[in-house]
Amino acid sequence: MDGVHDLGGVEGFGPIPIEDDREGDEPVFHADWEPRVMAIRSLMGFWRKWNIDGGRHSIECLPPADYLGFSYYEKWLAGLVNLMVSTGLVTTEEISAGQPRPGADVATPPVDTAELVQFLPRGRPSSRATSSPPAFSIGDTVRTARHMHSGHTRLPRYVRGHIGEIISGHGAHVFPDTNAKLAGEDPQHLYTVRFTARELWGEMASGHDTVTVDLWESYIAPA
Amino acid sequence: MADTHKQHAHALLPPDPALRVKAVETLLVKKGLVDPAAVDAMIDAYQNKIGPQNGARVVARAWSDPDYRSRLLADATAAISELGYSGLQGEHMVAVENTAHTHNVVVCTLCSCYPWPVLGVPPVWYKSATYRARVVRDPRGVLAEFGITLAADTEIRVWDSTAEIRYLVIPQRPEGSEALSLDTLASLVTRNSMIGTGLAAQPQAG
Repeated sequence: MDGVHDLGGVEGFGPIPIEDDREGDEPVFHADWEPRVMAIRSLMGFWRKWNIDGGRHSIECLPPADYLGFSYYEKWLAGLVNLMVSTGLVTTEEISAGQPRPGADVATPPVDTAELVQFLPRGRPSSRATSSPPAFSIGDTVRTARHMHSGHTRLPRYVRGHIGEIISGHGAHVFPDTNAKLAGEDPQHLYTVRFTARELWGEMASGHDTVTVDLWESYIAPA
Repeated sequence: MADTHKQHAHALLPPDPALRVKAVETLLVKKGLVDPAAVDAMIDAYQNKIGPQNGARVVARAWSDPDYRSRLLADATAAISELGYSGLQGEHMVAVENTAHTHNVVVCTLCSCYPWPVLGVPPVWYKSATYRARVVRDPRGVLAEFGITLAADTEIRVWDSTAEIRYLVIPQRPEGSEALSLDTLASLVTRNSMIGTGLAAQPQAG
């Protein structure tokens, strides 16, 4: 999806907002509601109505003005509300009213504190066993696809159609493009691909610098 | 799935963020969709327990223990787990080491992926459109805004976290830190030095 979220290389945003972080000691959260959004969104994921890729896509699909105007946790909340409504966990009427509809069932939360405490140090690994050998080896030169499709993808615009070098392989990982739309994990080999800054940005870039991106096998072809 | 062609339900919420969150949380608790105690436990974990102090211990150990450094560079997930840090948003870790000739800096241009078990949740600037847009294109200009000027022939490696691999930068060990304890070394390892937008702090003289 050529969305507003795909920000690498976009110009015009001005200086980095580090005024609150001169000493590297900016508070973790800036208002009491921020960690509540972080927690609620994470816990609602346990209903398994969406996954991490679909969750990211919900934020990419916010209207561009909202995407750029909302703070990080406002985006998390807006994406969550849209996911909950589209998957039927809540209704728009309930969101408007701030109340369950009369007679609504009361569910049992899918995770309690003890289960959460067990879950956090495990997380959700995205690596998967595969019997298919990797198509590429370290040192191979590859060219990225020019365009994927209009759904969720993790091939950033600024590296599309460019030539890079495979510098490491990570085995097979869940493929976000299918996983986001609940069309299957379709594990594919994942590679770290290094591009020279001049390949991406031209002669204005330093001849010493590189940009490295993690790419799934179907994003790349032999160059 | 969210769909750009449908009405956006989030527009139905009150304009004030605090009220927006309160309204959603209240609804979800009443419907039994989230356990309020689990909400508090999740907040406590990232407000009080999981943060850059974890990554600083990893770096201090790597500085002082060559075998550990080798394990960290070979399999960061396992080496970091040795110190008790693992899990959500750090399931697949890679450590990248700064040297006299190489400087690493980490970004997520597509969202704000960040290695939670070792650094906690990210600071505002890391999530900003500005940082995400600029650091892949003008890393030297961005680093200068953080007060870092590197030699023109230093190789800057920018790591864009586009998959579930999460990167931890091992900053260069400051000179004059040879005799320091692990705890004191860890106190020199700033959060930004582990993202690559900072350097490790200098030890205090004397």
